[in-house]
Amino acid sequence: MSTTDQVREDVTIRFAGDSGDGMQLTGSLFTNTTALLGNDLRTLPEFPAEIRAPQGTVPGVSSFQLQFGSTRILTPGDECDALVVMNSAALKANLSLLKKGGTIIANTAGFDKKNLNLAKYPEGINPLEDGSLSEYEVIEIDVNSMVKEAIGDMGLGYKDEDRTKNMFVLGLLYWMYNRPMESTMDFLNQKFGKKNPQIADANIRVLKAGYYYGETAEIFNSRTQITVEQADLEPGTYRNITGNEALVLGLVAAARKSNMPMFLGTYPITPASDVLHGLAKHKKFGITTFQAEDEIAACASAIGASFGGSIGVTSSSGPGIALKGEAIGLAVMLELPLVVLNIQRAGPSTGMPTKTEQADLMQAVYGRNGESPLLIVAPKSPADCFEMAFEAVRISLEHMTPVIFLSDGYIANGSEPWKFPQEKDLVDINVEFEKPRHAEEDAPFMPYKRDDRLVRKWAIPGTAGIEHRVGGLEKEDVTGNVSYDPDNHQKMTNIRRDKRDLVANNIPEQDIDQGNESGDVLILGWGGTYGSIKTVVHQLRKEGMDISHAHLRYINPFPKNLEKLLKGFKQVIVPEINDGQLVRLIRSEFMIPAKPINKVKGRPFGVSELKQEILDLIGEEQAVIS
Amino acid sequence: MSVQTIIDNFVKENEADLNTLPDYSGKDFSSDQDVRWCPGCGDYTILKQVQNAMPELGIAKKDIVFISGIGCSSRFPYYMDTFGMHSIHGRAPAIATGLKTSRPDLTVWIITGDGDSLSIGANHFTQLLRRNVNVNLLLFNNEIYGLTKGQYSPASPKGMVTKSTPYGSIDNPFNPLALSLGADGSFVARAMDRDPKHLKEMILRSHKHQGTSMLEIYQNCIVFNDGAFELFTDKKTRPQEAIYLEHEQPLVFGKDNDKGVRLDGLNPEIVQLGDDYSKDDLWVHDEQDSTKAHLLSKFFEHPPNGEGVQFPRPFGVLYAIDRPRYDEGVVAQVQLAKETQGEANLDALLQGNETWVVK
Ligand code: SF4
Repeated sequence: MSTTDQVREDVTIRFAGDSGDGMQLTGSLFTNTTALLGNDLRTLPEFPAEIRAPQGTVPGVSSFQLQFGSTRILTPGDECDALVVMNSAALKANLSLLKKGGTIIANTAGFDKKNLNLAKYPEGINPLEDGSLSEYEVIEIDVNSMVKEAIGDMGLGYKDEDRTKNMFVLGLLYWMYNRPMESTMDFLNQKFGKKNPQIADANIRVLKAGYYYGETAEIFNSRTQITVEQADLEPGTYRNITGNEALVLGLVAAARKSNMPMFLGTYPITPASDVLHGLAKHKKFGITTFQAEDEIAACASAIGASFGGSIGVTSSSGPGIALKGEAIGLAVMLELPLVVLNIQRAGPSTGMPTKTEQADLMQAVYGRNGESPLLIVAPKSPADCFEMAFEAVRISLEHMTPVIFLSDGYIANGSEPWKFPQEKDLVDINVEFEKPRHAEEDAPFMPYKRDDRLVRKWAIPGTAGIEHRVGGLEKEDVTGNVSYDPDNHQKMTNIRRDKRDLVANNIPEQDIDQGNESGDVLILGWGGTYGSIKTVVHQLRKEGMDISHAHLRYINPFPKNLEKLLKGFKQVIVPEINDGQLVRLIRSEFMIPAKPINKVKGRPFGVSELKQEILDLIGEEQAVIS
Repeated sequence: MSVQTIIDNFVKENEADLNTLPDYSGKDFSSDQDVRWCPGCGDYTILKQVQNAMPELGIAKKDIVFISGIGCSSRFPYYMDTFGMHSIHGRAPAIATGLKTSRPDLTVWIITGDGDSLSIGANHFTQLLRRNVNVNLLLFNNEIYGLTKGQYSPASPKGMVTKSTPYGSIDNPFNPLALSLGADGSFVARAMDRDPKHLKEMILRSHKHQGTSMLEIYQNCIVFNDGAFELFTDKKTRPQEAIYLEHEQPLVFGKDNDKGVRLDGLNPEIVQLGDDYSKDDLWVHDEQDSTKAHLLSKFFEHPPNGEGVQFPRPFGVLYAIDRPRYDEGVVAQVQLAKETQGEANLDALLQGNETWVVK
C-alpha cells in the first residue's frame, strides 16, 4: 500500500465512455470534490449531439476533461495525465489526447468482441492485448464484475446495477488523487435518498468499492497516491460554477439591483437551454420564463414584455439568433431594452451543436437588415458570465438599446472556482420611467425626445397622459411619428449610431491583462479564448519575450482607449475560434495590420498549439523586418 | 414608479371606483395622425366602431394597448389614441403574449389581417389561441394582400385570379374560424365591416370574454378585391346569405325570417318554415357546444364539392367557453413562488450549496 504521496502542481484527467455511462456526472462530481479541496480548475465537457447515439460506437462517446492544480489553472489542459475509458470506442476516440506515458484506466468489460466490433477495430484486434499501448501505463479492471461483487447481493436489476459502474471509477480516481468521498456521498443521498434509498446505497457501495480497490489491489501497490495542494487563489469564499449557471445568476442579480421584473422569452436549443432551466427556478425573484413556439416568438415576447416595463431577455444559439434578427431590428427601432443571449456553437446552419466556436461575432455586429447598431458584450470565462450578464442588463436598461451577450459552448458548459460577490457589492441599476402627464398643465409627450446621451425615456403603458404609438417604420425625430423624409432618415440613422457610440462613456476602459501597456507584441482576444491566451502569454513572458495580453469584454462599442492601446504595439495578434472576425473589425476600425490566428475544430485552443502559432507568426514578422 | 406600483394602482383604481374614468366619447380615442387607407376601404368603418366601442369598456385609455403586425390593417394602432405598437409581420400575437403575461393589468388588442395571421404568423396565431392568453384579436379578412398590391392570400378562394395567380389560385384556403376552433380557441366569432351595429356588439363581446377572443371581420378591399363579401354585405342578398347567431335562439334566416336550419343527426339542412316545420324544430344555437361550432364554421363548405345546398354564412359568436388563461397561470405561479418559497435571498442564491474558503 502506498505510504508516501507524490505531490503534483497540476493534473489533467479525462473520463470517457458511452453516452449512457454517466461520464458527465462522474466528471462533475470529481470537479465538485476537487473544488471543495481548494484546487483551481477548469473543465471541458464534450458530448455527442444525439442524446443516445448508437451504443458502443465512436460517435456515441461522451467525455469530460478537467485540469486542476495548486497554481492558477486557466484551461482544461491540452493533453491528459490519466484517461478513463469505459469501452473500446472511448479509447479509440480519446487516445490522441493522452500524454505519452500517461495512465489508461480501462474497463475490460467494454473491450469484448461486441464492443471492439462496434468501435470498428479490425477483426481480431484488441488494443489492450496487441501491444499498441506500450507507451502508456494501462490499468485493466473488469468494472462490471467488480460492481457485481459489490452489490450483486442487493437484488437490483441488471440496468440499475450497470448504471453504478461510473461510481467505481470515480471511487478509484478519488483514491488515486487523494480526494475524500463525502461530498459525492452527500450528493447521492440527496439525489436518490428519499425516493429510492436502495439506489443511493448501491451507488455509495460501488463508489467505496472503487476507492478500496485502489487501496488494496495489487497493481496499485507500487503506486503512490498523487496529491495536489490547495491553489493559491485570492482569499475569499468560493464556489464552483459553470458559465450558464453564472449567466443565470447575473441576470437574477441584475433584476434585483434594478428592482425590475424580468421576462425571458426563449426556445430550447443547445447549448443555451440551461439558461431557461436555470431561470425557470427563480420565480420568487420576480422572474417569468416563457417557452415560446419558436425563436421569433421568443424574441417578440421579450420585446412585448420590455414595452410593458420588464427586462426583456431572449436566449439562443446562432441558428436561433438568425431567426430573431428581424425582431432584434424592431427593438433597435423601438429603442427599448432587450438582452439577447447567444451561446455560440459551431456553425454554419445546424453545424455542430455541442461543439464550441466564436463565429457569430459578425452576425452580432451586422446580422440585421439596415443600419441597426446595438451593444455587444462577451464574457471571458465561466465565472465572468455573471459580471457580463449583469453588465448586459445594466447598459441595456440605462441606454434603452438591445444588447447581445456572446458566450460560447466552451465557457457555458465549462466550470471554474468563483469568488462570488455579495448583493451589497453590486452596483444599483437606475431605471426611470416617464412620469404621468396632465393634458392641461404639461407639454405634450414626445416619445423620441432624448437626453444628452441620446437616450429616450422608457414610457410604459399604464401611465396616464403619455399614450403613444411606436413601431418598426422610421420615426420622426422627437415626435416619433412615422416619417419617410430623407433628411430625417439620415438624422435618425446617425442618432442611433451615435447613441451606441456614446455607451463607451459608460463602460470601463480597456486594460492590459498581462504585460506592458505598449511594446512588441499584443495578443488581443475576446470570449472563451481567455484562459489559453493568458497561459501562453504567461509562459512567453517567463521566457523573456516582450508580449502583452488584452481581452475585450465590450465589443460594441469598443472601449474608448482601445485605439491608443493597440497603436502602442508593433504587432497585434488576434487568436479566435473562427475564420477571422474580430481581426477584421479591428483592422477596418483602426487601420492597423492586425494578424489572425484561427482554428475551427469545435474545441478551444490548446496551450501548446497556440503558443506555437504565436511564435511562428512573430518569427515570420521578424523575418520580414530583417 | 416601478411596474409593480403601476399594477397596484390599477387594481386600486378599479376597486375604488370605475366612475372616476373620464366621460370618454369615441373621438377621444382618435389620434392626431391622418388616416391613410384608400378611400372607401372597409378599414375605416372598423376603426370607427372600435373607437365607438372603447368608451363602453370602462377602461382608462392609459391601460389600453393595440398591437399589430404588418399589412394595411396593421396601421390601425397609429390611429388610436391609446398605447400602441406597429410591429413586424405576423408577430403581434407573440408580442402581445409577452406584454399581457408581464402586465396582466393591461387590456391588449391585436390587430391583424389574413396575410399577417394566416400565413407568416399562422404559428403565433394558433399558439395564442391554444394558450388562451387573455387578449382580443381582430382579424381583418379581405382575402387578399393589399399592402403589397394584390397577391392572393391564404384566405383567397381557389381559382382566384390575382397578380401572383394569373391562371387562378390552386391553393386550398384556410377557413379562419375552423382553424381557430381547431386550435382550441375559447372565443370564435365573425362580423363584417358593412354591419357596423353588429360589429360594435361583437367588439364589446370580444372584450368581455376572458381569454383569447378571435373576431374575424370581413373587410372589403375596394382596390384589390372589391365585392368579395358582397353577398353578405349587400342588404338585398344578406337575408338569404347570412345568418345571425344568437345564443339559445333557433337558426332562422331569409327575407321574411321564413327559413331555418335543422339538424338531422349531425347533418344540417335548410327547411322552409310554415306547414312542415316550425321554429321549435330548428337547431338552437349553443355557444358552448364545440361540435356544433365546428359545423357552423364549415357551413360554407357544405357540401365540400360546392354542389347542392348553399348554406347561409354564420355571423356572431360561434363559440365561447371559459377555460384557464395562460397569462393568469404564469402570474399565479410567480405569486405562489413568492408566497411559499420564503424570502428571495440573493446572497443565498449566489452562494449556492457548496463553498470553500481560501485564506
Ligand atoms: S389596399 Fe385594400 S385593404 Fe389596403 S387600404 Fe386600400 S382598400 Fe384598404
